[in-house]
Amino acid sequence: MNFLLNKRVHYVLSELGQISFLAKDIVVSLLKGKLVWRDLLYQLYSIGVKSQMVVLVTGAFTGMVLGAQTYFQFHKVKMDTATLAVVAVSLCDELGPVLTALMVAGRVGAAIAAEIGTMRVTEQIDALRTLATHPVEYLVVPRILAAHIALPLLAMESIGLGIGSCYVVGVYILGIEPTYLWMNMLKYTHDVDVVIGLVKAFIYGGIIALIGCYKGLTCGLGAEGVGHATTEAVVYASITILITNFFLTLVMGKLVGLL
Amino acid sequence: MIEVRHLKKSFGTHPVLDDVSFRIENGESVIIIGRSGGGKSVLLKHLVGLLQPDAGDVLIDGENIGPLNERQLLRVRKKFGMVFQGAALFDSMTVAENVAFALRRDKILTEDEISRRVCAALEMVDLPGTQNKKPAELSGGMRKRVGLARAIVYEPQIVLYDEPTTGLDPIVSDSIDKLMMRVHEHLKVTTVVVTHDMRTARRVGQHVMMLHDKKIYANCSPESLFASQDPVVRQFVDGVADEKEILFEP
Repeated sequence: MNFLLNKRVHYVLSELGQISFLAKDIVVSLLKGKLVWRDLLYQLYSIGVKSQMVVLVTGAFTGMVLGAQTYFQFHKVKMDTATLAVVAVSLCDELGPVLTALMVAGRVGAAIAAEIGTMRVTEQIDALRTLATHPVEYLVVPRILAAHIALPLLAMESIGLGIGSCYVVGVYILGIEPTYLWMNMLKYTHDVDVVIGLVKAFIYGGIIALIGCYKGLTCGLGAEGVGHATTEAVVYASITILITNFFLTLVMGKLVGLL
Repeated sequence: MIEVRHLKKSFGTHPVLDDVSFRIENGESVIIIGRSGGGKSVLLKHLVGLLQPDAGDVLIDGENIGPLNERQLLRVRKKFGMVFQGAALFDSMTVAENVAFALRRDKILTEDEISRRVCAALEMVDLPGTQNKKPAELSGGMRKRVGLARAIVYEPQIVLYDEPTTGLDPIVSDSIDKLMMRVHEHLKVTTVVVTHDMRTARRVGQHVMMLHDKKIYANCSPESLFASQDPVVRQFVDGVADEKEILFEP
């Protein structure tokens, strides 16, 4: 039992150490390397544009469900017009960035791990190195940058559509008075809520791409290795996002309180 | 010039290379033969810094590449071109993009010059007009040729081949052998070929090294190797299995 625990702890520490080295390599590549803009744009398209549908559907239906549930509870205490305010703050602070990140982790994290993992098992990464190209500079940096840029934009789209959907459901289905609904939302949703959402999404973008790239670069041999890497990329990225979200909420809450 | 001194390498508890030393002069053509799983590809990957030795040194033009980090190794690797066993072409790119990869990354040449160099390299490997094809549309032999074109397009000093004829039919293997000889003669490169194809060893190499039991067992000319009466060399050259290796007797 003790042996198994030691082995597990050793494995986790070793993985964290290797991810830290990869992160260091990314920073060095950003400072010293030559960024190919075409690669960055391609990754922005792949990570950002192609993820829009899944993110928008998630945002819209989350906004609608959250709006309906909030209304059902608030209606009992005659606070119907506060529905959109609660939904907007929830979406901006928590649900928008987290759900967007989880959906993108499933789509993009898996794709990154599978693509880089396949390149590893077919010796394409060794080929890159013999062609005097640093794999981190060529494969990882554009993906990390693209994910950092795309996630806040996707999260904002998702939040915007979520609020819009909630408004439509509230006004046209649940019959809430639209002016007070809208005014209360503007009154209780502050700039800082939007900033918190953007910062969180920015950080989650990096987490998704970093874990996807790491799992791809270190994947085992054969189809089984690529399969494991893909699964682990999604699971680890999702868990890391949820845990990070708790700490970010605490830290940002404190910061906002201090400001 | 490539020099290997007392190289040792293990994977976990399994030793693969033990005290391997040799020297390859500029312009030489050297074949490394040995049993499958005997460490030939591992040795080749040490020459270009894709693997780090557990002990010993690898010197390229007198520079020990062991202590260099990945970024410093990029400079040394510009001296090398490598053809991989499975060609290792970038499957998201066309043939032309694959061949032009290193030239585009360097950003020294104009697009016209790159395109001219790509055409010349593809002609040298007898694949003119395949620029717009994807690797998936090519046969095994063609992929190896594109891999060779990609390895020579930036005019390296040393070309490494990892089992270039494995999995190819005898006629395609013959054409790859001829291609390696042509590249060696025309570009005056140092050639190192890892193979267990005896015909390749006989025709392409000026020198043959045999890896056996984790060490360089023989280092001689192809003529001496094929005339050798040493039982280990003889067994490998004649391709005779031990009794204990015959798992299913009729």
